[in-house]
Amino acid sequence: MSDWTPSQHELDRRRLRRRLRTRSALIATAMTVVVFVVVGLVVTGSPGWPSVQALFFSWDDAREALPDIWDAIWLNIKMFLIAEAIILPLAMLIALARVSRSPWLAPLRVTAIVWTDVIRGIPTILLVYLLAFGVPALQLQGLPNSAYVWATVALIISYSAYVAEVFRSGIESVHPSQWASAQALGLTRGQTLRHVVVPQGVRRVVPPLLNDFVSLQKDTALASAAGVFEAVFVARDYGNYNFNYTPLVVVSCFFIVMTVPLARLCDWLTARMRRRELAGAL
Amino acid sequence: MRIRRALAAAAVLPLAVAVAACAPESDDSSSTASDPEGSSSTSASADACATDQLPLRTAGQLTVGTDSPAYEPWFVDNDPSNGKGFESAVAYAVADKLGFSADQVTWVKVPFNKSYAPGPKDFDFDINQISITPQRAEVVDFSDGYYSAAQAVIALKGSKGAEAASLDDLKSLRLGAQTGTTSLTAIRDIIQPETDPVVFEDTNGAKQALQNDQVDAILADLPTAFYISAVEIPKSVIVGQFQPETGEQEEFGMLFEKGSGLVDCVNQALAAMREDGSLDAIEKQWLSDTVGVPELQ
Repeated sequence: MSDWTPSQHELDRRRLRRRLRTRSALIATAMTVVVFVVVGLVVTGSPGWPSVQALFFSWDDAREALPDIWDAIWLNIKMFLIAEAIILPLAMLIALARVSRSPWLAPLRVTAIVWTDVIRGIPTILLVYLLAFGVPALQLQGLPNSAYVWATVALIISYSAYVAEVFRSGIESVHPSQWASAQALGLTRGQTLRHVVVPQGVRRVVPPLLNDFVSLQKDTALASAAGVFEAVFVARDYGNYNFNYTPLVVVSCFFIVMTVPLARLCDWLTARMRRRELAGAL
Repeated sequence: MRIRRALAAAAVLPLAVAVAACAPESDDSSSTASDPEGSSSTSASADACATDQLPLRTAGQLTVGTDSPAYEPWFVDNDPSNGKGFESAVAYAVADKLGFSADQVTWVKVPFNKSYAPGPKDFDFDINQISITPQRAEVVDFSDGYYSAAQAVIALKGSKGAEAASLDDLKSLRLGAQTGTTSLTAIRDIIQPETDPVVFEDTNGAKQALQNDQVDAILADLPTAFYISAVEIPKSVIVGQFQPETGEQEEFGMLFEKGSGLVDCVNQALAAMREDGSLDAIEKQWLSDTVGVPELQ
């Protein structure tokens, strides 16, 4: 083992590979730098850039708007955390109702189908209007009057329909052989769903679930239609007074900061689940 | 291998080309409407304001912008082109002074938050109850003021809000107003209520919240308030009015692209209308008399 030396052929091969690797790294670097420098130069060198910079990237305006945005962003965070916590179980129930087979559950099944069909067709902003302005206008005793509460409910209703379809696609993507094996083991349909199908189905749809969650985060801005003074509205309000869009850029930075770690967490979770599922088989 | 590399390079190319292709076109576009060192800086002589000398978006046409919906009493029936309503009438009167016939005036819909976007504007001027402020004047140009509005407080009859007799009484109430308006600034800076004001995207939201008991009172400029209490929400009443600025009065001005050569000419037209009394006449015709509304101190 120790007296083996690579043949001349092998050495040549290695040298060639090394050269190719260096070359492709150089090309990749040069290409990236050139493209981004060209794009950057074209944007900053364009005649309108100073006015765009003053209106979108003004440091003074960013600093001035920051405290208000900081306060308001908690409203968004509370809204999407509460909403998501209700959306996930609700959507799962809707998905389960849709995949149910029992004739006794037919009314549930019909409700779930109509719910997803109709709700997804309604623009979310209309739901916000309808609930935040419509429900208080009913003047019913005991119902909250707050636009904030009803805007959150509108988001829950809207997103439950989307997320239910994501769950259903996950459940239906589980191979029929899994159903068959579970039944061969003597599991009932309910047990099969609970222990075999749903866990696998959910794992597969984590990335699209995250998609919807991120989308929900930003749709909390729709609550502004009903007068909820959340971060995006705070930014627009500042802009409307001072004729400057910079606070909107600040708000999007907040959203990016919230989204990126979440995306990495989800990647890590799916990778871990995949490792466990394969259990060292690959 | 060779083909793949060519393909890869070609895939990156559009990125650069797309950016390069859409960038350097501003030379001609900036000269159409904004005329930085042209007619605006050299004091606008009578010649510079001759109808065929005006720097316009579309030659031979005066393009005027306003938001949609266009509210009464500033416009009537959400149709700026019918010449009815205060701002529509003012726009046509200015157009007349500049030498345009009514059918040479074109209206475009300009959402308020688009009116101050960078780049060339798609209107010659925007008339949309826009208050002139120093910060705003850094980004756009304004004409001289054509109306100065008092602020009014509107509440439902018999509600807590309707009982307020002074600005201090308003402090403990839930107040609402539209974003970007002097009304909202007045709540924040002058009334300074105990709870943060409720902000709405438009007046419709504020009106609905008032009827839903989501706010106790809403603020709007006085003519709008008259229209709301008289026509739109009959159950409501104007609690009182006040002038928001202690020093200089806030005025509505027409909004122009920064550096527009049209500003001086429109100002001359407005001055002429003020002199011959036609601006007053338009105001009398379209904006209700403000007598009889108690002043809030």
